[in-house]
Amino acid sequence: MTTLPDTTKPGQKKLGLVIDLDTCVGCQACAVSCKEWNTQGYSAPLTDLEPYGPDPAGAWLNRIHGYETGEGDNARGLHFPRSCLHCETPACVTVCPTGASYKREEDGIVLVNPDTCIGCKLCSWACPYGAREYDQDDGVMKKCTLCVDRIYNENLEPEDRQPACVRACPTGARHFGDLGDENSDVSKLVKARGGFDLLPQMDYKPVNKYLPPRPRRDTAGGVKSTPLETVGKGDGSLAERVFSWIDEVLS
Amino acid sequence: MHPAYSVILFTTASGAGYGLLALLGLTGASHGSASDFWFGAVSMLVALGLITAGLLSSTFHLGHPERAWRAFSQWRSSWLSREGVLAVATYVPACLFGLLWVLPGSNETLLAVLGIITAILAMVTVICTAMIYASLATIRAWRHWLVVPVYVIFSIATGAVLLFALASVFGRSGIPALGVITIVALVLAGIAKLVYWIGIDNMKPIYTMGDATGLGGDVRQWELPHTSENYIQSEMGFRVARKHARKLRMIVGACLLAALVLVWAAFGFEGDAAPVFAVLAVLLVSVAAVVERWLFFAQARHVVSLFYGEQSV
Ligand code: SF4
Ligand code: SF4
Repeated sequence: MTTLPDTTKPGQKKLGLVIDLDTCVGCQACAVSCKEWNTQGYSAPLTDLEPYGPDPAGAWLNRIHGYETGEGDNARGLHFPRSCLHCETPACVTVCPTGASYKREEDGIVLVNPDTCIGCKLCSWACPYGAREYDQDDGVMKKCTLCVDRIYNENLEPEDRQPACVRACPTGARHFGDLGDENSDVSKLVKARGGFDLLPQMDYKPVNKYLPPRPRRDTAGGVKSTPLETVGKGDGSLAERVFSWIDEVLS
Repeated sequence: MHPAYSVILFTTASGAGYGLLALLGLTGASHGSASDFWFGAVSMLVALGLITAGLLSSTFHLGHPERAWRAFSQWRSSWLSREGVLAVATYVPACLFGLLWVLPGSNETLLAVLGIITAILAMVTVICTAMIYASLATIRAWRHWLVVPVYVIFSIATGAVLLFALASVFGRSGIPALGVITIVALVLAGIAKLVYWIGIDNMKPIYTMGDATGLGGDVRQWELPHTSENYIQSEMGFRVARKHARKLRMIVGACLLAALVLVWAAFGFEGDAAPVFAVLAVLLVSVAAVVERWLFFAQARHVVSLFYGEQSV
């Protein structure tokens, strides 16, 4: 059923991710782990076309962009993982003609039923976040399932009952939990760090939140950082002059 | 947006078919039985044939055409589903109307009722097609208020030229009402499209890369997530060069104008040349419709391009 469930009830569970743009180092571990799990799980197969050819292509559910903000000394690069945000009012669900695309009432996860999807691609047009990738080989739409086949899976160890990307992240930049519960760890984290929505103007009401990079600091651990040029501006001793002569010859 | 040929073919062919069907319905409602069996039969077959060919071609781009029947289920929320339901529903009164219209001695009232129902359903189906696009918040050029009117006017204009050509072939190019409707529809199609193009050219961007990433201010892309083009880029990132777009727009305008002149000429001649002129007009208006539809897709920019280096949309 592609009409949306009522998610305004008090206590409504809204499972989602919180992604920390401050600590993400762009290592791609989450993307690879996602691909590895999902090509054998709910979304299997997650086809790659010509994986070893000159122009490989394939469906991935998580993509890590690199952006730069600020100017001059304040310019900074950051890594930006992008996947389905499990929106509360997503048009990707309502445009689907078959009912294959749906939002679960019990936890808000947005899924595609691979047995009923006709591969019309309309849902991918309706998503502002580019979260749906069509699997040309399989002929159906693929998207993040929030690892629905892990998080409730009693065959896994309790610590593994999290999305594969969260489990794989080496810097702890990805957090999973119930964003509908004000007292959950993820909700507290969003509050403390000023988590935000992507494109809130579009009113899809994403559940996933992003944490902004922390402001730049000029002291680390209480030690003031010193501009590099001034390091080794010497005392004029012989040793110092020998070293600077060597430095000049070598550079 | 990537202009998929199956979708362009579908929307233009079925558009022309529905336009023709609606005009035939109205003709039957106002004039009673078809004046000539073969004219009626051939016209109905052309209309239903175009519609059917269009609908079939729309299933070509599906990943699982064998599951297409499932698309009738979600009419409560999905315009694509509504379109499917209405497209199939239209066949029922259309076939009944066609039968009664070509057979002599049919009940005039029943014919009129069926003709009007057919015309209404045909136009509502075209509106549903347009709404599939016009309802997407992610593509601003498709939210323009003229998207739905343009789909309807092009459907009627292409259908009218077809009907005019069919009438000419059967020696009836001189029907004043048909000539006037055809010419007015062509003029309206040209004007509506021109106003739409001016509208989308002057659309101020409202979303920026800063909004998309939530980082605000000036954001630049320095690294792509993948080494070769992915689905999002090939489907949503298609861009047509501005100068090509201008040329193509001029082709649309020129074809509409030439079709108009030919219809006018055929209308005046009424001789042997009339069918030739009218058939040429069909070709020209088809080119105009296809190029116009191609541009409709190719010039539409998707919000997701903000994640892939576009500064604002
Ligand atoms: S991010 Fe896109 S695919 Fe995911 S729920 Fe939102 S609109 Fe749908
Ligand atoms: S591609 Fe599949 S899931 Fe997406 S709208 Fe079409 S049928 Fe629904």
